[in-house]
Amino acid sequence: MTAKTILFILVAVLLAPLVMAQEEAVPDSTVGVIPPAPPLNFRAFDTPYDNGHSISLEWELSADDGQGRNNVLGYRVMRAESPDGPFVERGIVTSGGTSYNDSGVKESDSPDYFPRDHDFYYKIVATTADGSEAESEVFGPVRAVGQWFNARKWPVLIAVGLFTAFTLAFITLARRGKDLYVRPLAGIEAVDEAIGRATEMGKPILYVMGLGTAADIATIASFTILSRVAKKVAEYQTSLIVPCYDPIVMTVAQETVKASYYDAGRPDAYDDKDVFFLTNQQFAYVGGVNGIMIRQKPATNFYLGKFYAESLILAETGATTGSIQISGTDEVTQIPFFVVACDYTLIGEELYAASAYLGREPVLLGTLKAQDWGKACVIISIILGVLFAIFGWQDGVDAFRPGN
Amino acid sequence: MKREIPLMIVFVAGLFMAVQFFVPHATSEYIYEFVMEWTIIIGIFALALGIWSFIKVAASKIQRRSENWQYSIVALAGLAGMIIFALPWFGGLESYMFRSFFNNVMIPLHATMFSLLAFFIASAAFRAFRAHSALATVLLLSALIVMLRFNPYMGPLGDIDADIASWILNVPNLAAKRAIIIGIGLGIVATALKVILGIERTYMGKD
Repeated sequence: MTAKTILFILVAVLLAPLVMAQEEAVPDSTVGVIPPAPPLNFRAFDTPYDNGHSISLEWELSADDGQGRNNVLGYRVMRAESPDGPFVERGIVTSGGTSYNDSGVKESDSPDYFPRDHDFYYKIVATTADGSEAESEVFGPVRAVGQWFNARKWPVLIAVGLFTAFTLAFITLARRGKDLYVRPLAGIEAVDEAIGRATEMGKPILYVMGLGTAADIATIASFTILSRVAKKVAEYQTSLIVPCYDPIVMTVAQETVKASYYDAGRPDAYDDKDVFFLTNQQFAYVGGVNGIMIRQKPATNFYLGKFYAESLILAETGATTGSIQISGTDEVTQIPFFVVACDYTLIGEELYAASAYLGREPVLLGTLKAQDWGKACVIISIILGVLFAIFGWQDGVDAFRPGN
Repeated sequence: MKREIPLMIVFVAGLFMAVQFFVPHATSEYIYEFVMEWTIIIGIFALALGIWSFIKVAASKIQRRSENWQYSIVALAGLAGMIIFALPWFGGLESYMFRSFFNNVMIPLHATMFSLLAFFIASAAFRAFRAHSALATVLLLSALIVMLRFNPYMGPLGDIDADIASWILNVPNLAAKRAIIIGIGLGIVATALKVILGIERTYMGKD
């Protein structure tokens, strides 16, 4: 064995542990990977003005999110019931995000239940593609609490209060006998003419209240108009047909019509079968009402209430049968169809004003005047907002933004 | 008292609903949902009244041999059939007959009624777009521009068409829509106030 061979064996023996150590280190890919910088200034707080089932979280971006090593993929939102854990993932926010709303439902039997008045601890974990992570400090305890007033709705409360004050003031004025001028509405003035026409022709009047429920304000407005129409119908001794879509609406409509017939001194003329339930399927209802139009050819059709896709089918069928048609709805998308197919249309708020016009009772006219003043206030607000924007008064413009 | 008690209920319920809008607390939500559940329960009972009314009207037509009284037999048979086939002895809502009637009769009939809308839109548009006055001509031109913009075959006829159509939709159209919506909002508040304060009570019927 030469000296060279002995030296080679010696070197090999000495280097062997180093080589083996290298081979063992290869499977662990994280060794040598630098974790990202953690998110900073993390805080959690009860979400304001809610029902007490959510916590809001905010933090500042990791130094490696969008800058630095730029390797942050996102942030994991972790929650625990004690500061030591165990932490459970509640959501993921992609890189660039600095807030999260941890919320759930109030039903305790739901998997998405979020308890209120319960302490929680949170932390945010910045993650990267190579699996390395960096955690923020644990924040807590924080608890979700329900609020008794939604301060974001102050403007609505003020507007409603102002409008209520207008209404009460004008009602008081009307009760004191002040003569209130209200602009004429063609659709309302045509009601008498339409009922008269039906009487002359000896044909019935069809009153359709749409697809609304008794809880819809448009349907409630329709009840009041139905009451006036039914009273006139009873006085003129014409027949009235009221097919209903909703059984509760039918019950109320029956009572309304019956009361009007009593008021007109014609209780004997009232028949429960004139105000009846047809169906609560939208297009089956349309088919039923169209059938009545085609078979009985009413002289006048009223469409007052809540209408959807059936509005044009009804109104066009009525137009083909030659009836005078008076319509009104608060569904903005259906108004054009009624305008096209009907003789008179009550647009939007005119539906709510109609009962006051028909009744001419001072108290009801008072509410009409209040509506006009309410509109005046809205117009003034719009003009002010435009002026603030034009002249660059940002505080004034911000006052119109939701949440301010 | 027959009048005062319902008015008091309306006042309290109306006031609660108005206050509830401003109170996000879970207790307020709980009461609101409780009241809404009651509405559903009442609705179910009212449905029985509705069905009774339907039967009464149809039976009366058959009895008096009114014009087209035969349709009332079909209506009553349809009602009875759908109830019977949905009974547990026939397999409930999954029974063959119930599903057959539902899928092969009811759905096609509904679809047919709905599809009629396309023809009615065409006939209504024909009437609306007749240029019999200056305003009607403006309407016609606006409609033409918007329709050309959204026609599925050619797409907008150049950028100018697309820009004008967008302007029509986003400026005059949206402004008018918002004006109507604001008016409706005020009307709703006024009507709600009339009902809550007992000024408007025609819906209550006779004393």
